Amino acid sequence: MSEPGTHYLNEGWTLRSWLLTTDHKRIAWMYFATITVFFFIGGLAALLIRLELLTPAGEMVESDTYNKLFSAHGIVMVWFFLVPSIPATMGNFLLPLMLGARDLAFPKLNLLSWYIFTLGGLFTMTAVIAGGVDTGWTFYTPYSTLFSNSAVVLAASGVFVVGFSSILTGLNFIVTTHKMRAPGLTWMRLPLFCWANYATSLIMILATPVLSMALLLIVLERVLGIGIFDPELGGDPLLFQHLFWFYSHPAVYIMILPGMGVVSEIITCFARRPIFGYTGMVISIMAIALFGFIVWGHHMFVAGQSLYAGILFSFFTFLVAVPSAIKTLNWTATLYGGRIRFTAPMIYGLSFLGLFTIGGLTGVILASLAVDIHLHDTYFVTAHFHYIMVGGMVTAYLGGLHFWWPKITGRMYSGPWSIVAALALFIGFNLTFFPQFLLGFLGMPRRYHAYPEEFQLLHVMSSLGAGVLAVGYLLPMVYFGWSLWRGKPAGDNPWDATGLEWQTSSPPPKHNFVDTPTVTTRPYDYV
Amino acid sequence: MSDGATIASHFEDAEQQREAGLMGMWLFLATELLLFAGLFGGFAIYRGLHGDAFAAAARHLDLPLATANTVILLTSGLSMALAERMAHAGAPQLARRWIAVTVALGASFLAIKGYEWHHEYSEGLMPLLGLAFEYDGPDAAQAHLFFDFYFAMTGLHALHMLIGLAALVLLWMLGRPRAGLQPDRYIRQVQITGMYWAFVDVVWVFVFTSLYLLRS
Repeated sequence: MSEPGTHYLNEGWTLRSWLLTTDHKRIAWMYFATITVFFFIGGLAALLIRLELLTPAGEMVESDTYNKLFSAHGIVMVWFFLVPSIPATMGNFLLPLMLGARDLAFPKLNLLSWYIFTLGGLFTMTAVIAGGVDTGWTFYTPYSTLFSNSAVVLAASGVFVVGFSSILTGLNFIVTTHKMRAPGLTWMRLPLFCWANYATSLIMILATPVLSMALLLIVLERVLGIGIFDPELGGDPLLFQHLFWFYSHPAVYIMILPGMGVVSEIITCFARRPIFGYTGMVISIMAIALFGFIVWGHHMFVAGQSLYAGILFSFFTFLVAVPSAIKTLNWTATLYGGRIRFTAPMIYGLSFLGLFTIGGLTGVILASLAVDIHLHDTYFVTAHFHYIMVGGMVTAYLGGLHFWWPKITGRMYSGPWSIVAALALFIGFNLTFFPQFLLGFLGMPRRYHAYPEEFQLLHVMSSLGAGVLAVGYLLPMVYFGWSLWRGKPAGDNPWDATGLEWQTSSPPPKHNFVDTPTVTTRPYDYV
Repeated sequence: MSDGATIASHFEDAEQQREAGLMGMWLFLATELLLFAGLFGGFAIYRGLHGDAFAAAARHLDLPLATANTVILLTSGLSMALAERMAHAGAPQLARRWIAVTVALGASFLAIKGYEWHHEYSEGLMPLLGLAFEYDGPDAAQAHLFFDFYFAMTGLHALHMLIGLAALVLLWMLGRPRAGLQPDRYIRQVQITGMYWAFVDVVWVFVFTSLYLLRS
């Protein structure tokens, strides 16, 4: 076995020991490094967008360039940051630890998934360098197939390739959760983080292939001249939207469920209380994953689908609000009577709660057929999904990093600075995106780089907020980096948290546990 | 996995490892199923929209050859099942023989398929890469659409066949009589590859039914 003092980080120092590793903890780091690069590339595009929108006239960039900017922002952020974000980093690192396993079921596939991810990233980056793509992140036909003369094939191929890395990760997580749990760790003793990643993985393996097919057909249409979406041949461009949203709506839940898992861990730990309604939480997670598959048509209320389909999709979408509300209320009930500690992870967790509630409730507004006709393709939609994806997922991502950083690196970071960063995120985020609800309601459409003068005040507020938000993203880079060099040793369990991952040393040894742990209690055994 | 031990170091025992492998393959096949489902779903919708045009176009396909191919492929499913049986019975060399039979049948399927494609190409029924589409029936545009689906579906299926054949050839080489051959591991590999091959078989049954048999 390993000698005292050795752990997964100092097992080897060569580049080879990283690039050929099959250790889930090191692969998590490789993902972390890669998606951080993508996050800042996508962020740069967002920054340029917000700069352009400071003034009503389109002064800084041409409208073509603007189209390419928001497309790059969307494609990079959705597929190269948000989809892998929590699962590929914290999920990869923590799932085996939380299950009491020595690794994921298929370590080599895990490494392969990172290579596939990076390859897909290279495709898409090449597309950006080769002049960019201007279809938006949704690649809607017939624009993407018949009209756009930008680098659609490269960009779509990149997303196609990256899909396989999601599939492999999802497959690995599901098998690991089924087959590798420690003795005594029954399904109803699993931490909610594991349940959330399990549900996410189900979506990944069932929805991603349909997106792959839709994108493949676009590529084939452009390269080979297959005309499946071509109206001249009797093809239907709407078919693409159906296939695309059959994946991409469930994918919205890929981009929130893992965040819900993280927040469940954080809130119980810093309120010192067991989660309220554990069984209800588990059922809600699975219900969200399931309902996610039958609501895709709510993206197409004004796209020409039948009214009856619209009514059904609207109804199912309202239904998703039920498990989401159960979760939100259960977190709140967990806080009730707790001994709350306002550490950085907890501030992120509480921010998530507030921002997700706003994002979720505005989702209910958008799910109403008649209202959506007014709000469709306005900034209201932009604000709504940013409240879920950034206010929800990115906040949870950062919260999780702050929560598990001591376990991952064995070191603490600056308490006060991390609180500043968490608050900057909350304030900056609201300042950026709340005005966008108002803009949308007043009629400002998405994807325009020029706008009437009466919208300027709200746009300026939004752009200023983006500046504050950027501080909230950059600060953690600084003190995390600092903590790697100079951080105080964290000890095995600095937050006094339950969960198997806190029982092993920090950083964990190569095979995670010296002896396989046995579980005898429910999760979140806080008193 | 090191060559010395049958069980990879992160598993508790061989049973856990076997179950994990099988479950992984089942999940992968679920993914594959949904990949094809996107294509089949689109086809089903268009078949409903342009029923007559698609049926007329389907009559341009070579039904006898495709029927022969169906027989060949289903027979290869049998030989693969026998290979699995032999492996389980502790006779890896007999298993290898049946794997070789499976490879031969799979390769003949692809050869016939290739001949069919060539035939369609020379008749001007391949509307790809800007080639002229020469079609003498009514609704030429919708027939174009039918052939788009035809080439996408049979092409994707053939790609899966190629991957399956490569896996089988690899399996055949891995099982050659040698010192390091681990029977347990070999059984696992045969079983998992067999699952994939069975899936490719089943997909073909659906491809065959949708494209060739719906002709009136």
